Amino acid sequence: MGYRLEINGAVHEVDVPAEMPLLWVLRDELGLVGTKYGCGRGLCGACTVHVDGAAQRSCLLRVGSLGKAKIRTIEQIGATEIGARLQRAWLEIDVMQCGYCQAGQIMTACALLSRTSQPSDAEINAAMTGNICRCACYHRIRSAIRTAAGVEEAGHVA
Amino acid sequence: MSPEPRAAGIDRRTVLKASLLAGGGLALDALIPLPFGAAHAAAGEPAVAAELSAFVAIAPDGTVTIMSKNPEIGQGIKTSLPMIVADELDCDWSQVRIAQAEVDQARYGEQYAGGSTATTRDWMPMRQTGAAARAMLVQAAANRLKVDAAELTTGKGRIFHRATGRSLGYGEVASAAASLPPPDPSRVPLKDPAQFSIIGRPTIGVDSHRIVKGEPIFGIDTRLPGMLYAVYEVAPAYGGRLVKADVAAAQRAAGVRHVIPMTGNGDYDSGLADGVAILATNWWLANEARAKLVVEWDLSAAAGHSSSAYRARAEAMIAARPAEDLRVDGDPTRQLAAAVKRVAARYDYPFIAHAPMEPQNCAARYHDGKLEIWAPSQTPQRGLTVLEKALGIGPENIRLHLTRCGGGFGRRLMNDYMVQAAAIARAVPGVPVQLIWSREDDMRRDYYRPGGWHSFEAGIGANGELIAFADHFVTFGDGKTPARAAGYNVAMPPAGLVPHLRYSQSMMPTVVTTGALRAPGSNALAFASQSFLDEVALAAGTDLPALMLTLLGERREVPAPGNGIAFDTGRARDVIEKVLAISGWSTRSAQPGRGRGFAFYFSHRGYFAEVVEASVAGDAVQVHKVWVAGDIGSQIVNPMGAENQVRGAVIDGLAQALAGQAIEFVDGVVQQSNFDSFPLARMPLTPEIEIAWVKSAKPPTGLGEPALPPVIPALANAIFAATGTRVRSLPVRLKAA
Ligand code: FES
Ligand code: FES
Repeated sequence: MGYRLEINGAVHEVDVPAEMPLLWVLRDELGLVGTKYGCGRGLCGACTVHVDGAAQRSCLLRVGSLGKAKIRTIEQIGATEIGARLQRAWLEIDVMQCGYCQAGQIMTACALLSRTSQPSDAEINAAMTGNICRCACYHRIRSAIRTAAGVEEAGHVA
Repeated sequence: MSPEPRAAGIDRRTVLKASLLAGGGLALDALIPLPFGAAHAAAGEPAVAAELSAFVAIAPDGTVTIMSKNPEIGQGIKTSLPMIVADELDCDWSQVRIAQAEVDQARYGEQYAGGSTATTRDWMPMRQTGAAARAMLVQAAANRLKVDAAELTTGKGRIFHRATGRSLGYGEVASAAASLPPPDPSRVPLKDPAQFSIIGRPTIGVDSHRIVKGEPIFGIDTRLPGMLYAVYEVAPAYGGRLVKADVAAAQRAAGVRHVIPMTGNGDYDSGLADGVAILATNWWLANEARAKLVVEWDLSAAAGHSSSAYRARAEAMIAARPAEDLRVDGDPTRQLAAAVKRVAARYDYPFIAHAPMEPQNCAARYHDGKLEIWAPSQTPQRGLTVLEKALGIGPENIRLHLTRCGGGFGRRLMNDYMVQAAAIARAVPGVPVQLIWSREDDMRRDYYRPGGWHSFEAGIGANGELIAFADHFVTFGDGKTPARAAGYNVAMPPAGLVPHLRYSQSMMPTVVTTGALRAPGSNALAFASQSFLDEVALAAGTDLPALMLTLLGERREVPAPGNGIAFDTGRARDVIEKVLAISGWSTRSAQPGRGRGFAFYFSHRGYFAEVVEASVAGDAVQVHKVWVAGDIGSQIVNPMGAENQVRGAVIDGLAQALAGQAIEFVDGVVQQSNFDSFPLARMPLTPEIEIAWVKSAKPPTGLGEPALPPVIPALANAIFAATGTRVRSLPVRLKAA
């Protein structure tokens, strides 16, 4: 089946089965490999993208269900004001160890800050609990989100 | 990770070689002669085989390129080793570019990530290389300025002649420096550590700016023109053999290009298990086509290899006499019998998986008898050996590129996925192939941390002192040699600290593959031994830190049997006292349902003491705070990475205990498959963690592992303090109140 997808502001045409998850369209059809495969079952958040601004697990999104939705991936999240702020905060305190989960973390955090500009720790925990970091950089992820939200100065990690 | 790093301080003098960089500038190779009789000093190599430990290039524009030769798995080595070179070179970190080396045995020698070894091994050679390059640049500047080198100073990549106010950039004299003879690295003056300006400064990882933008840097991101994506279906049970496969339906599935039954080499431990490879234009299509395979497997090798059977066998063995004694000091039998008080308890822990976030994967292309490979591996050279053994393709015909690894934890010490990818690529010459394991593949074909059982006994004397200690360890192995990473540590405290001691062992066979997992050996032994010693301390009327301090006695080095690493009781004492101080241990108050536990462990040359505060409500455990005191030597090269490693290790340990991690088997079939049945730590589990460093005057050592082992027993001891319930089995499963 042919599909027209709007991804990062550009229209892409792909010819794939309707059931193919968006994750594999991004990675293997379009070469957008920033979005990561971790579990394929909605359990880890590594594959998180934005669909009309909301954080979604792309491993569970069948391409046939996307319609005219606007999709954004990690490759272009820096073009949004909140995304750029988060990337800066991520670098200021160097959140990552292996880094594999971080695209998903940033995408989920970005959706959180778009909804709740100054989240509490409990709100951060609740929003981020679906994103696994096997290296367990959780203190710094939380701290970077606070920094990007302007509720904390960079460099503080409790 | 295993084996423990070879002893530091072996005299292996660095040799330097200078050359003119293509396009001008100085290239400096630091070569370390391999130890005599090194296994890989193959015929045809120069008389003195040497490995390149560092490569520094200074271009005419002043850019400094430092090569990182070791795999980056998230431990930060690609940043921290170049920091050491750059500091002695006295350049500005912003001038530095890091290049990832390809795998080249003849040129780079060992390229390895594991065992927290790199910092230990490379600290001195890296400093010497940087300092030598600096000395050459200074000499070249002295020649140019017609002054004595001693009149020159350096800073941020420039050379200054204060007396005349003249200065030169490193790039301006780099080409001239290339023609000077390199100094003797062992004589070149090194910085006073107080003058370090890059070492010890929190420094951002060199790949971080690419990671936050989702740029392709991981193995799984490898893309080659015309590449096909592959899955490799193996038998559901360990050791299963392929009897016959009907691949017609899979062959017709959308996007599928090839379906290839593969015969393994019978050595499923090294990775080429029997299986069926499916190659498609998209990985998801390849993975979907698996359901259309009709395969008959012979699973007889794994019959009876079930967790319940292992447990029953272990219980029988542990009640019987040990098969062998591993270490006997004094007269433990007599002293245990004569003790005023005796304490005995059994402990056990399950198999657990590594579950790195990036599943195993590898890209390969085979053409004209030559293989090219892109692999996220912790031990690429071991991979070459395995490739030769399994496929008969020698290292001279293989080009191996290292990619960043999305986590290692010891899983990528093994190269089974690399062998599979290469075998598939060879079956379709000229076509680049990327093998990716599904999460389920990854969870079901691991080299697990093996389970184990301990039966401890301790004898306490009239004054509450520990006089005798014994452990009967039941593990997996062929009766002679334990399975990989299933061995005991005969130096485990309190060995060497009590007069009468017996460590003994019995083994049962397994078809399951086992291997090193972060702090191998120690991660499980610390739980069992430090939890039991907590019981002993309470029975003796004291607490575990007080008991440990008494056992440690005077500051001295306790030699380890064989050529193991000596244990420094003074360093142990210092971290224990430090953690007691920062946690306010002596003034802790007892509250119902909330308590603190302590533990100490020494592994991979690092000394760590930790305190956990936890509360328990019903079967739910909440960790409130963890205090960590660690000694990994005189310098923390990159505090930014170091803190992250410690926090990660602590949370990793808490998850092993609290998240419900256990891998179980039924007739060799792994019952867990994904993050629902094998849960990892998530953000809400994360407690506050306070870290204090004890900087002893010892050379710096690695940090990937030693912070993990103490946290599990400290947690178990905290649960006892809170509830009176002793955790003697992992994962922690408390009864709901
Ligand atoms: S890959 Fe989609 S949630 Fe894990
Ligand atoms: S940084 Fe390694 S999984 Fe998050």
